[in-house]
Amino acid sequence: MSIKKTIGSTMKLNRRTFLKASAVASSTAALAACGSKSALDEFLQKNFRFMSKQEIGEVIQRLETQYAQQYGKEISVSAKEALPETFFGYALDISRCIGCRKCVYACVEENNQTQAPQMHWIQVLEMEKEKGIDFMDANLYYQHEEVPHEGHFYLPVQCQQCKNPPCVKSCPVNATWTTKDGIVVVDYNWCIGCRCCMAACPYGARHYNWGQVELDPETINPDTHYLGNRPRYKGAVEKCTFCIQRVREGRYPACVEVCPVGARKFGNLLDPDSEIRYILENKRVLILKEELNTQPKFYYFYGT
Amino acid sequence: MKKLRLALGILAAWSVAVLLGPGLLTSGLTPSSIHTPPQTAADAQHEIAVPPPPFSEDIYPCSACHADMEVNLERRELEDFHDDITLEHDEENRWCMDCHDAENRDILHSASGEPIAFEESYKLCGQCHGPKLRDWRAGIHGRRTGEWNGRKDYLLCAHCHNPHAPRFKSMKPEPAPEKPGKIK
Repeated sequence: MSIKKTIGSTMKLNRRTFLKASAVASSTAALAACGSKSALDEFLQKNFRFMSKQEIGEVIQRLETQYAQQYGKEISVSAKEALPETFFGYALDISRCIGCRKCVYACVEENNQTQAPQMHWIQVLEMEKEKGIDFMDANLYYQHEEVPHEGHFYLPVQCQQCKNPPCVKSCPVNATWTTKDGIVVVDYNWCIGCRCCMAACPYGARHYNWGQVELDPETINPDTHYLGNRPRYKGAVEKCTFCIQRVREGRYPACVEVCPVGARKFGNLLDPDSEIRYILENKRVLILKEELNTQPKFYYFYGT
Repeated sequence: MKKLRLALGILAAWSVAVLLGPGLLTSGLTPSSIHTPPQTAADAQHEIAVPPPPFSEDIYPCSACHADMEVNLERRELEDFHDDITLEHDEENRWCMDCHDAENRDILHSASGEPIAFEESYKLCGQCHGPKLRDWRAGIHGRRTGEWNGRKDYLLCAHCHNPHAPRFKSMKPEPAPEKPGKIK
């Protein structure tokens, strides 16, 4: 009995080892044949969360070289970690927003979204004042000579940065997670493009790269973050990151700075003196689809 | 015996929570620390650094023209100059001299006659719009640029609202997104 068992397990081990070795050998050969060392490195790259500092450094260097070749200009990729004692929150004043869509295009510019086909991380919904917040009859494609349109109000929707994010739970490969400072991010290299997260998100906040990403070298934003606005890949899912490349440097997100009516507010929820805490403590605040228990950190409020 | 110990434990935990709970809350978060807007050194002196006021071109200092003119305090329709200004700001009850100073044209004045520089015009606006001034100081009303954890750039009320007709003007929206049918 014991002899049989030993033989059996050895055989199994041999078979497995053989298959493993041959698979690695063939894929290595294929990669070596069609690409350079960097292609192999990219193929073997680990999940961002499990990389050592040195490995991250190597990846960043490889990406910067690759982007420089592709776009003919220097593009910096940061991997700056979360600042200590920060947990970001966002607030949007529904009583102020006039639906001008300036945030939509400032976001595209800042975050290098592909425009073939078009992708917008922010979607401004027009709703009737009489009906209140009603997604069934909301209009994303409104086009008026001037806004705000009479009898209507506007509700911009983007990633709600949930504390209980269904997208993260649904990812089969752990390519998306919440960072220490509360931003839900995606490792575009680890993402397999299954789009489970897109189905799971109740806010339509995740977007898929249907085509090869081609950005205009003239307009590309060269200040990027690995988990943020660096150029993405065909087949990867992406989303709003509160402009991780800006906020980890202490700056406001691009949409906050561009809003002509000052409806967008951002800050550190752990800082009792922050703007965001003032809003939560003094204004009437609501979150979208509260009943789903996603616990957004994106709050809507009435400033008046 | 075990049950008794458990019950005693729960009782002890409950009493600790009840006795210490309110104390913990009040010691850490007093109402003033919750509701006070950010106080910077500049804010404490009621001075907020703002960009220069948005004067029309070549119009300031006002005294350049007004110095030699006779002061006419009669409420009237302006004809020779400034006739491009239409007052749509409680115009039934107010006119120019309620905010502009007749003696010194280069400043404004409060309802009680205190002089207010154009650079601090928010103090003038805040006389009527108190809650807005409070929110503006806290960074809630109006646009902020700069750093969420550091230097913030403020704007004066007059940078966004025309003080003579403060209602926010409607504007042309950016183009609508493409409908999904266009994706090939």
